[in-house]
Amino acid sequence: MRRTVGALLRKELLVELRTLESVPGMSLFAVTTFVVFHFALQRSSVDGDLAAGILWVTLLFAAILGINRLFVADADQGGFDGFLLAPVERTALLVAKALALLAYLVALEIVAVPAFALLLLGPSLGQAMPQLLGVLALGDLGIAAIGTLVAALAVRTRARDLLGPLLALPLLVPIVIGGARATSPLLTLGHAGDPPTRWLLTLGLYDLVFGLIAYALFDFLLED
Amino acid sequence: MYGKGLRALSISTVAVMALALALVFFYAPLEAEQGFLQKIFYVHVPLAIVALCGFVAGGLFAIQHLRTRDPRWDMHSYVAIHMSLIFGVATLITGSIWAKGSWGHWWVWDEPTLVSFLIVFLLYATYQPLRFAIEDPERQARYASVFAVTAGAFVPLNFIAVRASTAYVHPRVLGATSNLPSQMALTFLVSLLGIALLFTTLCKYELTAKHTRAQLRALRRLADRRAGTAVAVAPARARSAAPSVHATAMTAHAPERPGI
Repeated sequence: MRRTVGALLRKELLVELRTLESVPGMSLFAVTTFVVFHFALQRSSVDGDLAAGILWVTLLFAAILGINRLFVADADQGGFDGFLLAPVERTALLVAKALALLAYLVALEIVAVPAFALLLLGPSLGQAMPQLLGVLALGDLGIAAIGTLVAALAVRTRARDLLGPLLALPLLVPIVIGGARATSPLLTLGHAGDPPTRWLLTLGLYDLVFGLIAYALFDFLLED
Repeated sequence: MYGKGLRALSISTVAVMALALALVFFYAPLEAEQGFLQKIFYVHVPLAIVALCGFVAGGLFAIQHLRTRDPRWDMHSYVAIHMSLIFGVATLITGSIWAKGSWGHWWVWDEPTLVSFLIVFLLYATYQPLRFAIEDPERQARYASVFAVTAGAFVPLNFIAVRASTAYVHPRVLGATSNLPSQMALTFLVSLLGIALLFTTLCKYELTAKHTRAQLRALRRLADRRAGTAVAVAPARARSAAPSVHATAMTAHAPERPGI
């Protein structure tokens, strides 16, 4: 299982490195969205609730770009058939894809968070950085689990570009709630304190439950 | 098979609904603050509870479908979710009316139950588009079941998350039956029973209709074959989001179809 996941993950990252299909697009999208927010809100700097909201909405929509593309190559170019012919556990594909999506999200945040701090954020991030990274990591785990399940569900339908976001957005609402609530004290002027434990717990629990749901259901999506 | 007991169920639904309405208008006392407006509570809250239970039931049927591969479970799941969506629309409309009456706005964001219901409704609104976008009936059923299980688990989780996110601005006097006066509680429970019966009856009607249609199609095909018509009967499968259980599985000759 571990070797299969390793091989699949290596293939995913190699394909991404050679084609550069997802991560650059997601990052560029995030930066452009910050610019759009600047003009739409007519503000040169934001903080607190508003900053947390903008950050999470932008990351969410950028993540959806990646989710939409996650299985497209496999569906169009016979990747699923090749995988099903191999005598390996099917869950390996779920784990590898989720890890790949997680890697894309981390890469996205390496670009998007500094860009956000530079372009829009009022208070400086220095002190709050470790905690912010923790909250982002919790959010990313949930987005990766839900995103992989939804991507596999939507990819072999006629309207996959439409269905992917439609399915993903409501399922990701609790992550946005938890992420934005946990982030907003970190982005307030003069640091309003630590992220509330309640929200970190909610995020962690949600990640866990949806990780298990994806694990239990993924096999059924790969039967033909 | 599905039509059995339909008449008795329909009659008891009508009777309980009539009793519930009578209780609502003639027995339950007027609420001190909201007056007559509060009576919508006896329709709105049962509708919401039944719709949410229907969504979860759809998920449970879907688990059965994934375990047994019996297309009938998929049909149950589809019907439960379909009916819950209709009840969900009714819930949102009655909720809006109540919100407008008591708080002066058609929509309030600081009422967690309302907001989480909307999120759940938006998620389930993609159920039929998802089915509609998959051609192969077997895969359609399987994918729809995966969706139904995921969404069914999402219902309680989402309620926890949204509820935790909202400070209680409005007093939740009408939240639980425990702190209702006994007359109101009785009326509420009878209304809940009435709406639940209505849900069951409508589901049963839809299941019966689908079953009968499949049987009819199978019999027609059989008759065509017996008559030896040279005309090739195209399998006129409607391009519909509704699950069309393969007709041969539903005829009297082959009531059970082993796994696909």
